[in-house]
Amino acid sequence: MSNDKRVQVLEFEKPIYTMKEKIEELKKTSQDTNIDYKDEIKKLEEQTKIYQKELYEKLEPYQKLQIARHPQRPNFMDFAQLICEDFIELHGDRHGADDKAIVGGVGKIDGTPVMLIGTMKGKTTKENLECNFGMPQPQGYRKALRLFNHANRFNMPIITLVDTMGAYPGMLAEETGQGEAIAMNLREMAKMEVPIIATITGEGCSGGALGLAVANKVMILEHAYYTVISPEGCASILWKDASMAKVATDALKITGEDLLKYGIVDEIVKEPLGGAHYDIEKMAQNLKEALVKSLKEFSKMSKKQLKEQRYSKFRGMGVFIQ
Amino acid sequence: MTLTDWFNKRKIQQIAARDNDVYIDDSIGKLWTLCYNCNSQLPKKDLDSNLNVCPNCDYHFRIGAYDRIKLIADEDTFEEMFSNIKPTDPLDFFDTQSYTMRQVSAHEKSGLDEAVIVGTCEIDGQKTAIAVMDFEYMGGSMGSVVGERITRILEYAHDTKLPSVVFTSSGGARMQESALSLMQMAKTSCAVAKLNEAGLLYITVLCEPTFGGVTASFGTIGDIIIAEKGARIGFAGRRVIEQTIRQKLPADFQTAEYLLKCGQIDFIVERKDMKEKLSKLINLHTKK
Repeated sequence: MSNDKRVQVLEFEKPIYTMKEKIEELKKTSQDTNIDYKDEIKKLEEQTKIYQKELYEKLEPYQKLQIARHPQRPNFMDFAQLICEDFIELHGDRHGADDKAIVGGVGKIDGTPVMLIGTMKGKTTKENLECNFGMPQPQGYRKALRLFNHANRFNMPIITLVDTMGAYPGMLAEETGQGEAIAMNLREMAKMEVPIIATITGEGCSGGALGLAVANKVMILEHAYYTVISPEGCASILWKDASMAKVATDALKITGEDLLKYGIVDEIVKEPLGGAHYDIEKMAQNLKEALVKSLKEFSKMSKKQLKEQRYSKFRGMGVFIQ
Repeated sequence: MTLTDWFNKRKIQQIAARDNDVYIDDSIGKLWTLCYNCNSQLPKKDLDSNLNVCPNCDYHFRIGAYDRIKLIADEDTFEEMFSNIKPTDPLDFFDTQSYTMRQVSAHEKSGLDEAVIVGTCEIDGQKTAIAVMDFEYMGGSMGSVVGERITRILEYAHDTKLPSVVFTSSGGARMQESALSLMQMAKTSCAVAKLNEAGLLYITVLCEPTFGGVTASFGTIGDIIIAEKGARIGFAGRRVIEQTIRQKLPADFQTAEYLLKCGQIDFIVERKDMKEKLSKLINLHTKK
């Protein structure tokens, strides 16, 4: 793990850090007293490693949720800079607004020009206030739609990165058509004649996430989640008790493995040990590899095939008796 | 207890029931209904004979899917389709009770087996594909079955070149099916995209109430968006918005009338004029 010291530790990770502290103490004692604890230290270090590996391999959904929401999780700009060459941001919906919660622009991935669009979360309070904590207004979705159309005209694949608690529930948002803006994106994404590859990189909550994710291929990072409603929201409606969020998290089946099982996502992208925030470069590298592979998959398809593949992918979703 | 006391007590109960969406089993009360808008006590039979619209203030009560079809379709022309598609419990969802149990009680409450009825009918002799949502079945929420039935009827309209009309009444996506419900938004919207490309008319009528995943998918991408008088329509719920922005919202916020002012809908229709308006629109868009 790199940059251990600067990472904010989550509650369930604390035993690892206690063990590490103990090892440091032992090393110090060994130095001060000149007694050789080498074997003990080695043993402890191995135990810590095993414990760490086991912990992260068997994460509960609620623990994954915390990793997905980690304040230091790589955001859109991190990925744009690490994945794209020559990324140039394009602003505005051309109707009077530039929502900072959705960012987009053109760049190259492994030599292929693409349109990269995603929701943007900040890492500091100032950044978060600027981008409204990653909760887009209708104007953000309309900016995205403008960029989708741009990409379609110039035959550029569209890559979207989604990390949002949902579309913003505000007064202006309602007045300017939050629902309509999302719905319009769903409908128009269905008509695109270029490949669309969506990745849920952190939180994929509700229609606000789906508004950028009607894609030919939907990927999800290992600890990210995708759901119809936040577990807290679900708990307060169904259980009438927001403290049941942990139970709701399990019930909603929001993890990558579950979503893969129900055909909602197509691929899980591995995260570095402990989560994307422990090694942002490695995370970006993994994502880039997955994207390059996916771009290749779709590069041979005709415009018609791309639309049909996307249609039949979503057409097949849902479970019912007949 | 005086008669006034009885009425007062009942009024309080009904207001509480409306806010919390609980059903009070009160057999005497079944003969009377409280108008949510003007608070007047209405004899049930007067309400029924007036299309479930308050004779005093024109408040439009929610109506069931089959009642609505009766008001729209020419007599005996409605043919229900895809009713063989029925719900299941893909996630084994259990909150305070199981999803399967909720389906059973929703069926008992509404007499329906899902929150949407789809089929074809004639509107003044013009064959039309229609889908009508019913709020009584689990708050009209959209799960796999609602998404599938709507998609199928829109695909049918596409293949047989029919105009289509969808009446919405829904609290949003169905939580008990989690991401599967979410995907119904994409599925139905993709079907609308097909209608667009084929140049077929797709009208949506937003009825009391239309929220969440339905607003954010097939509800608001109609070629023409109509709202029924007084209907509350929005993406996020009023309470959620008030909690987020920490201020009280205007009383008429998210009503059809408010949305008309905001440019979000084409026009508002009263229930008694619905069939005539739809008929004219279909005629204008299909007769060449």
